[in-house]
Amino acid sequence: MGLIATIEHVIKKPIWDCQMCGQCVLHDTGMTCPMTCPKTLRNGPCGGVREDGNCEVKPEMRCVWVKAEDRSRNLPLMPADWREHFNNLRPPVDNRLKGDSSWKNAISGRDKETPPGWTPETEAPAAEVEA
Amino acid sequence: MSRLGELLDRGNELIITGEAPVIDGGTLADYEAKLAELAPWCDAMNATDNTSAHAHASNVAMAIAMQRVGVEPILQVVCRDKNRIAQQADIMGAALHGVENICCLTGDDVTAGDEPEARRVFDLDGPQLIRLANSLKEGRYLSGRKIDPAPSLVIGAVENPATHPLDYRAQRAAKKILAGARFLQLQICYHPDRLEAFVAALHANGFSKRCAILPSIVAVKGAGPLKFMHSSVPGIDVPAAVISRVADAADSAEEAYQLVLEQCQHALSLPGVRGLHLTDFRKDSSMGRLCADLGIRPRSERESRANDFALAN
Repeated sequence: MGLIATIEHVIKKPIWDCQMCGQCVLHDTGMTCPMTCPKTLRNGPCGGVREDGNCEVKPEMRCVWVKAEDRSRNLPLMPADWREHFNNLRPPVDNRLKGDSSWKNAISGRDKETPPGWTPETEAPAAEVEA
Repeated sequence: MSRLGELLDRGNELIITGEAPVIDGGTLADYEAKLAELAPWCDAMNATDNTSAHAHASNVAMAIAMQRVGVEPILQVVCRDKNRIAQQADIMGAALHGVENICCLTGDDVTAGDEPEARRVFDLDGPQLIRLANSLKEGRYLSGRKIDPAPSLVIGAVENPATHPLDYRAQRAAKKILAGARFLQLQICYHPDRLEAFVAALHANGFSKRCAILPSIVAVKGAGPLKFMHSSVPGIDVPAAVISRVADAADSAEEAYQLVLEQCQHALSLPGVRGLHLTDFRKDSSMGRLCADLGIRPRSERESRANDFALAN
């Protein structure tokens, strides 16, 4: 791990339990790390959330996405577009970036690169759908 | 194109899908016999992908077996057991055999199964898998490598309308629809109010026009399976009143039948619902009675005459 990655890890591990995926999406997921979901889901909660809102895999743990969804709406001081990005379809993880500094990859734009066959988002996300 | 694809294109006719029994040994003839109860009522049936994280005959093999006995398969693909390369290979391999219907799921965790020590994969998640299937349909692998001719795929997904975060479930469904899902099989739901709110949210925003919403119905024969689902299937909550209604009845099997019938009637009464996804745990020839009580004719009749079932919308 390089110097920047080490600094990033020291800061983000205690606060968000950062898993160093190298392509951070915290700001789009209510400042809740989706890589701490046992299924590492980046696009919302699975259908196995328990009636008490806890995780299918770890019954003692609050579902990461139940937390994320709540925080994306209610966390203070978050820019409006961070809240709006919650519904975006996030692309598959690039496993080559694991252990890298996401700060470095954000500056270089490396974390935005998607596989050539990945269809770009053609429509606005469905933020207007409310139950 | 698949029958399911044609029905989706037509846009206003009843669709019935079913959960095919898993295969653990036996011959094709054995399997045909197992399908005989539910298949006559279904437009297509799910070739499941290691349901509840238990190993069975594979999804692709099951889909091919179903085709050989005249049942249209829906190839389930889950994210738990295989990475993106293997998932693309499965979809393309099935397409080679004429399997067009694909249902994309995140999948139960390995801890839900009988081999909880297995490695979980989840290289992709459900919405990403839908988009991946869409790329294949458009003639390219995720790498960008061309597929010529592109497979003709009918892509669907699942959603659980009954679990948390409740207000977010319709948005997650919409995300899947925008990613390319044209049908949505819902998890079984024992909270009618939750199903109503979920379907209404999608219907109000026009998503039910783009995607067939198919609530699940599990035909149970007593309180046992209800208790099992409540305690052992993640994401399913069965209220105590529902369990006791069946458990305390003089004739539990009949009470369970009435519960299932009411669930079907309620689901079909909701504007935006296109049909049902049926699972048969009764295995006592109730499916014919159920469909007759609902006014649903067998698939062969729906195929040859106009599909005239009156949907709520």
